Amino acid sequence: MKETKKYWKGLEQLQNTAEFQEKANKEFPEYLPLTGEGDESSRRDFLKLMGFGLAAVSLAACETPVRKAIPYVRKPETVDPSNANYYASTYVSGSDVCPVVVKTREGRPINVEGNKMSSVSGGGTYPQVQASVLSLYDKERLQSPLINGKKASWSDLDAAVTGALSAASGKIALVSHSVASPSTLAAISKLKEKYPSLDHVQYDSYSYDGLTSAYEAAFGTKSFPLYDFSKAKTIVTFGYDFLGSAPNATLSTKQFASTRKLTDSKKDMSRLYAFEANLTITGANADYRTLIKPSQEGLYVAALYNEVASKLGAATIASKKIEDSATIKKAAADLLKSKGASLVVSGSSDVAVQQLVIALNDLLGSYGSTIDASKSLKTRAGDDKKFGSFVSELKSGVVGGVIFYNCNPVYDSAFGADIQAGLAKVKFSLSTADRKDETSALVKYQAPDHHYLESWNDFEPISGSYSLSQPTIKNIFDTRQAQDSFLTWAGVETSYYDFIRSNWETYGYPSATGFASFDAYWDKCLHDGVYDAASGEAEVLSPTVDVASIASAISSSYTLDNAGLELVIYQKASIGDGTQANNPWLQEMPDPISKATWDNYLTVSPKQVEEWGIALGDMTTQLVKLTVGGVSLEVPVLPQPGQAYGTIGLALGYGRTVAGKVANGVGVNAYPLIASKGGSLSFAVTSGVSVEPTSTSYQIAQTQTHHTYMGRETVVQEALLKEYQKDPQAGRHFPKIATAEGMVKPYAVSLWKGHSYANHHWGLSIDLNSCTGCGACTVACQVENNIPVVGKEEVLNRREMHWIRIDRYYSSDATKEDGYTAMEKASANPEITFQPMMCQQCNNAPCETVCPVAATTHSTEGLNQMTYNRCIGTRYCANNCPYKVRRFNWFKYHDNKQFDKNMAMNNDLGKMVLNPDVTVRARGVMEKCTFCVQRIQAGKLEAKKEGRRPSDADVTTACASACPSEALVFGDMKNPESKISQMLKIQSSDKGVESKEPRAYHVLEELRVMPNVWYLTKIRNKDEKAVKEEAEA
Amino acid sequence: MITNNLSIRKATRLILSASFFLLVIFFSYTSQAQESDGIPTDESVVSAGESLFKGNCAQCHDIHEVVIGPALKDVHERRPKEWLLKWVKNSQKVIASGDEYAVALFNEYNKNVMPSYPFSDEQVTSLLAYIKVESTKEPVKAEVAAAGDAAGVAAADDSIPSSYLTAIFVVLIVVLILILVVLGLIISVLRKYLNESSELNEEDVEVVNQKFDLFGLLQSNAFIGLVIFLFTAIVLKTLIDGAFTIGVQQGYMPTQPIAFSHELHAGQYEIDCNYCHTGVRKAKSANIPSPNICMNCHSGIKNVGGASGVSPEIAKIYAAIDYNPETGEYGNNPKPIEWVRVHNLPDLAYFNHSQHVKVGGLECQTCHGPVEEMEVVYQYSTLTMGWCINCHRETDVNTKGNEYYTNLVELHEEHSKEPMKVEDIGGLECSKCHY
Repeated sequence: MKETKKYWKGLEQLQNTAEFQEKANKEFPEYLPLTGEGDESSRRDFLKLMGFGLAAVSLAACETPVRKAIPYVRKPETVDPSNANYYASTYVSGSDVCPVVVKTREGRPINVEGNKMSSVSGGGTYPQVQASVLSLYDKERLQSPLINGKKASWSDLDAAVTGALSAASGKIALVSHSVASPSTLAAISKLKEKYPSLDHVQYDSYSYDGLTSAYEAAFGTKSFPLYDFSKAKTIVTFGYDFLGSAPNATLSTKQFASTRKLTDSKKDMSRLYAFEANLTITGANADYRTLIKPSQEGLYVAALYNEVASKLGAATIASKKIEDSATIKKAAADLLKSKGASLVVSGSSDVAVQQLVIALNDLLGSYGSTIDASKSLKTRAGDDKKFGSFVSELKSGVVGGVIFYNCNPVYDSAFGADIQAGLAKVKFSLSTADRKDETSALVKYQAPDHHYLESWNDFEPISGSYSLSQPTIKNIFDTRQAQDSFLTWAGVETSYYDFIRSNWETYGYPSATGFASFDAYWDKCLHDGVYDAASGEAEVLSPTVDVASIASAISSSYTLDNAGLELVIYQKASIGDGTQANNPWLQEMPDPISKATWDNYLTVSPKQVEEWGIALGDMTTQLVKLTVGGVSLEVPVLPQPGQAYGTIGLALGYGRTVAGKVANGVGVNAYPLIASKGGSLSFAVTSGVSVEPTSTSYQIAQTQTHHTYMGRETVVQEALLKEYQKDPQAGRHFPKIATAEGMVKPYAVSLWKGHSYANHHWGLSIDLNSCTGCGACTVACQVENNIPVVGKEEVLNRREMHWIRIDRYYSSDATKEDGYTAMEKASANPEITFQPMMCQQCNNAPCETVCPVAATTHSTEGLNQMTYNRCIGTRYCANNCPYKVRRFNWFKYHDNKQFDKNMAMNNDLGKMVLNPDVTVRARGVMEKCTFCVQRIQAGKLEAKKEGRRPSDADVTTACASACPSEALVFGDMKNPESKISQMLKIQSSDKGVESKEPRAYHVLEELRVMPNVWYLTKIRNKDEKAVKEEAEA
Repeated sequence: MITNNLSIRKATRLILSASFFLLVIFFSYTSQAQESDGIPTDESVVSAGESLFKGNCAQCHDIHEVVIGPALKDVHERRPKEWLLKWVKNSQKVIASGDEYAVALFNEYNKNVMPSYPFSDEQVTSLLAYIKVESTKEPVKAEVAAAGDAAGVAAADDSIPSSYLTAIFVVLIVVLILILVVLGLIISVLRKYLNESSELNEEDVEVVNQKFDLFGLLQSNAFIGLVIFLFTAIVLKTLIDGAFTIGVQQGYMPTQPIAFSHELHAGQYEIDCNYCHTGVRKAKSANIPSPNICMNCHSGIKNVGGASGVSPEIAKIYAAIDYNPETGEYGNNPKPIEWVRVHNLPDLAYFNHSQHVKVGGLECQTCHGPVEEMEVVYQYSTLTMGWCINCHRETDVNTKGNEYYTNLVELHEEHSKEPMKVEDIGGLECSKCHY
């Protein structure tokens, strides 16, 4: 077998310091303090406590507290206590929209999942959607309207607001993020009718103005085009993170993943080229990834354009020659080979670059196939120039009044300081934000909006695709829907609900067929949550781009040899633009790439870190002083392989000052660093960036440095596409075990008889090829299973509680022939593999055999059961687990002031989000993934009640349901009809189940623990020879 | 006087014969009416009507008493059959048509809507036949079921084997005493014999005539050891038994905010458990009924035992749902009733009613005991894990007609002749109840 690549978990492992080795050998470091300072208990104290405890227990046992059972006064017909109800609704936060299905229990939403019927999201979710349900129960939301910070009634507020609006002299600005809701826009125009001086200003905290402006220039309308990655065979991205932070990434993820799935009948997949500075999720999933600086981006796009144009005989443009053109040549060849199924995308904020990309796509025939320019994505409608002129007007004092509709520009725009200064000069200022934030803290009137789970609303995220929001709970606080406020102030008597209904009679209903009445149509739409208006044959538009004028713009503003440092501002998969920063689930979600929690930091290439002389330790780094323009910040440094040398990355969404207990003071605010270039905002700062090391050390809480898999090729198995096409088992590792009869397959040797499953045999299949590492599963699992948030300190102590982690492996290009030293040498641009890892539900589980109290046992359905009430916390099981997926409750995380950031368990309101079907674990017990046994039991019961066998539709786990790329497939391996059985070609025998799918393998197969989780090999669509060699040949 | 007597006799005879004649005429008339009103009196039709009545009407109607709807005695004489057919099938339609009698009736009974029933004409006719037959009968006083002491019954069940045990025990003691006496006799006889024989030396004599020293025995190490062992064993046993009862609330009978009697509702009136506990077949919780379910009946029934006014207990329902019995209107200030939970499972245990009642086909009484005899509900079973496990070991799975189990039953029958128990399909596994 060919020598596989060497994987390493982090730089700590790579450098393999003595400190790291020592820590890596211990899963649960015992030396860490468990108690506070000076808290040394003596033996006497222990005895006293024990004596008291015994007495208290026996006293408490004498009289059981009286528990009340309080039924409804009038039970709603559709609500049966303990049975869940599901409502289709739509998530909205900032500019983003995602159709969802909300699970409610006894009238309170407890879980949000993707709406599988949606053509907008493709049925998936992303971490922020999953976590949004906790924001509903955030105690720090505003509880009533406020005037000058004092509690007021809605009638007082309405009188004051209408008075002020009528009296306002000069322009009134209504500022919002992109509004993709047609009825909200209609309500705003009603307000405009009443107050003609009102102007609606939209902005996006992460702007794609360059892209939309380029489309305006090329097609005549400012819009965000619709990409279809499922049709693309070759994709080239220039810093456009369509699998991560880009708008509507769930749909692109689903589309992209569909091109990466391999079966016996489909042995081909797409190829992705990425050119970028920061290591994004998209870059991590690319087949070919090239490190470029933002200052070079235009030249690379131009080089690609010229390469394609010259082959097609079209005019080329004058441009500087790039140094490393091999990858560009290869990309161009691939694009041309798949002409008509090619796609080039860019995240650049430079209109010229975007126009060149449009021209390139036009050459490649992408319009009408992989790009639909006749439809647009309406969630990025922000206009930087208009927003910029609003800010300057505000600052100069000509604005008479300003209404902030659910936005926070003092924090989440590049002009926060200017807006803050301008607000002091405005007579009338109002915010509808649902909480006190950086902006609403400065306004006179606060008219808090409902949370989206309490609201009626409609959306049209993609032209012609509608979705509805409906309240799933009565408003918890004395808030009012912002649109109702607008209508009230506009003097319109109807409620927003009636307003939406009357609008919907005009949207899709006229073209809808098969409905007896509008009510029937409305009921159907409300039930499904989504409605796609019938669209005819899509009109294929062709762009008009003046390539020559672009050429000069590009060659003047891009250079190959920028000596200065360049800053790339990005959004993390967890926190995004920071709107939901006060959500502890998101703060504790490990970043897919850096695996860091509770912080933002400078991502710097390891070479640069060395040059700066930063002292690195185990999760320890140093602060540096970052100066951009006139703004200085002290930021920790995180060495990030795959970061282009000479560039640094910093995430938005942190450094909140007025957000709440969880978010305040976490990280630094990167918004003031955004550069404004000719009216357009640029998230790449190419000049005036300097970094000065300090001597202050700092700790970044990362979840991945302490589990060592180095050198074990049985963990990640991968192959190249060509190898796979020749031999579907390519890349598989077949361990052998030495016996008296010679080397045998591990499954031939066993101490155990094995289990036979008569009823069900649950299994999970994970396709490493379509997992993008986004992290939606981690948060979904946290919501479903009442997993506590432990806080930064405890993550530093390696005590995070997530049941599902996504292991991210960097690779080194060296092989064994080069020697171990070479293997340890970092590749500046590593390949990346994401591997979701949870309890493998082993059939020969090593944990089960060592539990002294039989708290972890095997079920007749293949589950490795964990019984919390039986567990005494010896932790033998965790010691014996080869996958390190068991978690120990070191503390009581609920009702504990020390963990008040764990807000789902520490106040009465937050507790409403807990899943009532899952125990909140006590201190001192082990816990782990249960394959969502509560969902399995519920699905089985539903089938039993109906007298049938359960199907795939009855049972799925939270992670599989959340996965936007459908990389996780859960099901009953005993049922030959199930998707997992067919996908893995499961064959059952007395010895257990076997998969006939050539790609399916078990992690650490040689241990013969026989997991019920199967992984499908990672296949890279790379050619065998390195790009350079090929170019030379 | 005699003539007087005679005349009286004559008159009596006349009256008797006249009344007999009249009776004959009356019966012949009524027998004619039986044929003319189109309501048959065949036994099969009446029994079909009876089952329909008990299944659908009895919750609101009685033959002789006003319940929620009017007493139905002689209803076939009050209204024509065609009207009754229409009324039963859709009473609201009749009211809406402006029928004077219907409107008056509706108003008289607090505008309680009688549900529509999709019965055929034959079915309604059979109902009327049952009502007609019942109308001729005297009202039967409801027999108050003797409230048996459930615990007593349970104890009586146990007493049969325990009385055997006592008998065996007594016999054993008697036998032992007899053996003791016999042994004592043997000893004295032997001693006498040995003393009489002169072949014994001094040592032997001493041994033979040894005096029994009780004090010495009490002070002996063996005895003290035995006593200490017994004492420790008893204390430990009591402690362990005591520890096992911690948290077990069998017999727990808290006072409830409303003196609701299951004995009356479930026992005497035979209201199905599912009528109020609506979740029992579809959800985890059986549901404590919400007051709007009480109001299905208690908007009509305001007091018990025919007393006038509103009973103070029923008034509590009205207060909870903010209902004014005078005006029949609901207010906006309801206050939920805070019942005291009788059956408390720890949070770490998951129990689902629908699994046991709908799928398993268990009777409520299996776990809750004779609720229909409970004036105040108490916890009948121990609700301990041992109790759960025991039942899962002993209970056959209700597999009949449930496709879920078809394959499992086949597999089970391959290697066992015993019926399939819950235990056999994983009913004892931790994750069935703990997660």
